[in-house]
Amino acid sequence: MTEFLTSTGAVAAFPEITLALSALALLMAGVFLKRTAYDLVNGLAILALAGVAVMVFLADTRATAFNGAFLADEFARVMKLLALLGAAVALILSTSYMKAHKLNHFEYPVLVLLATTGMMLMISANDLVSVYLGLELQSLALYVIAAFDRDNAKSSEAGLKYFVLGALSSGMLLYGASMIYGFTGTTSFPGIAAALANGEASLGLIFGLVFLIAGFAFKVSAVPFHMWTPDVYEGAPTPVTAFFAAAPKIAAMALFTRAMVAPFPSMTAEWQQIIVFISIASMALGSFAAIGQTNIKRLLAYSSIGNVGFALVGLAAGGEEGVKGVVLYMAIYLLTTLGSFACVLAMRNASGQQLEDVKDLAGLARSNKLLAFVFAMLMFSLAGIPPLAGFFAKYFVFMAAVKSGLWALAVIGVVTSVVGAFYYLRIVKVIYFDEPAAPFIPAAPEVKWVIALSGVFTLGFVLFPGPLLALAQAAARSLF
Amino acid sequence: MIIGLPHYLTLAAILFTIGIFGIFLNRKNIIVILMSIELILLAVNINLVAFSSFLGDLTGQVFALLVLTVAAGEAAIGLAILVTYFRNRRTIAVEDVNLMKG
Repeated sequence: MTEFLTSTGAVAAFPEITLALSALALLMAGVFLKRTAYDLVNGLAILALAGVAVMVFLADTRATAFNGAFLADEFARVMKLLALLGAAVALILSTSYMKAHKLNHFEYPVLVLLATTGMMLMISANDLVSVYLGLELQSLALYVIAAFDRDNAKSSEAGLKYFVLGALSSGMLLYGASMIYGFTGTTSFPGIAAALANGEASLGLIFGLVFLIAGFAFKVSAVPFHMWTPDVYEGAPTPVTAFFAAAPKIAAMALFTRAMVAPFPSMTAEWQQIIVFISIASMALGSFAAIGQTNIKRLLAYSSIGNVGFALVGLAAGGEEGVKGVVLYMAIYLLTTLGSFACVLAMRNASGQQLEDVKDLAGLARSNKLLAFVFAMLMFSLAGIPPLAGFFAKYFVFMAAVKSGLWALAVIGVVTSVVGAFYYLRIVKVIYFDEPAAPFIPAAPEVKWVIALSGVFTLGFVLFPGPLLALAQAAARSLF
Repeated sequence: MIIGLPHYLTLAAILFTIGIFGIFLNRKNIIVILMSIELILLAVNINLVAFSSFLGDLTGQVFALLVLTVAAGEAAIGLAILVTYFRNRRTIAVEDVNLMKG
């Protein structure tokens, strides 16, 4: 067995193999324990994610597996740790919600584990075939959990929309991959880079690259391929939405970054134009379309579209500096978003019903000072107001854009972030200055913990930015 | 007439376009959308196999087999979601998929 693993070089993929096997083992455990299984499977799934995170942390970097189709470098390590954190926190957040809404089926944590396995494969993908397989493993699990509240019309509609548009995007990505394969004669990233190193890029190749980028833009929900996001975020159960906004975004952005930087360094001018365009469009739409929203989940969906636009500024800038900006942006976005969704989960009225309207937050400052304060801080952070964490996220991507000469992009980014600040501040205004609505019942303990830790991170990042900056720097360096 | 690589690529491009249009122009039935998705994946497979054959490289055919496998799983999950959707709404007309808007 060990000999087989070393001969295929599968050692580098040990964390992924462990996670996949634990998902299967938990599925079996769930099937045999039936009704009582949710608590056990959920707990063990969180443990498995933590264990795999330790394995990823300790694993040596710069290892490949499966003939180079899988690459475990420093970039992959940092992004995998973020994705695992996002998945684990999403599972922790879901515990009481799932019980209260009679959704406590053991399949949920198992599907989250399988989706996370897919994400880890995406992050480490170094070949068009492994890109596709990782992406599909993740997406197929996500379609199912979007429709997890299967007696709810909205949830199943969200699952259906996500499935149709997700499958379409996979198809476009695959078409692009097939063109790239045809015009370079290989599917491996280093192979493509070598084939493109000398000579002009042919038209067919550019065609393929455009389709590939369209597919990735769908997965990170960048404009003009964002239309599924608000509907899916609104319709899916709230903890599932928290998961969607966190871990898959990290994985898709990591994949997007690697798939541009590693195989196409000689075509930077071509892909940079497209990314500048989708970045500007996402930032603008994220800011303007969110203004009229009344549903907080929908509003956060537009916020996540805008945030993806800002992260793409870093990718458009390219180079070590730009990728560092992307990694840092996604890390801070992950922790802020998880906190925001935990706050949304804390919005429950006296009969335990989940509230989703912005006006339900009215006067929260008078009934629950701490929740109001953290919610306001998270909104300030998403708006990019110093000295909160979100400011530094934006600062580093804009600096990277300026350094690589993309002045216009940086200026447009700052302007849209000012427009975006309007709707974040509107929430703060509703919380602090409106006539109080009915107070919320106390949040579940795990939700409180996530809110507290996210608040501490948002406020404290300015004091200890060192470790996260060093991680982002190391991750970016390994890509070049 | 000798059938060369451009013919295969044109066929795949036509099938791909029909698939995309099938998703966006179809106003009737969600099942048609599922069929269009299959059509897109099969167009890609023609591309992959044609390139593989003309390049004399097996990777494309391996890729095509993997795409077929995933397409089967995708169809299964799509139909399963469609069944839960039908149970809730008693319809699978595309124009009725409109609970959420904006």
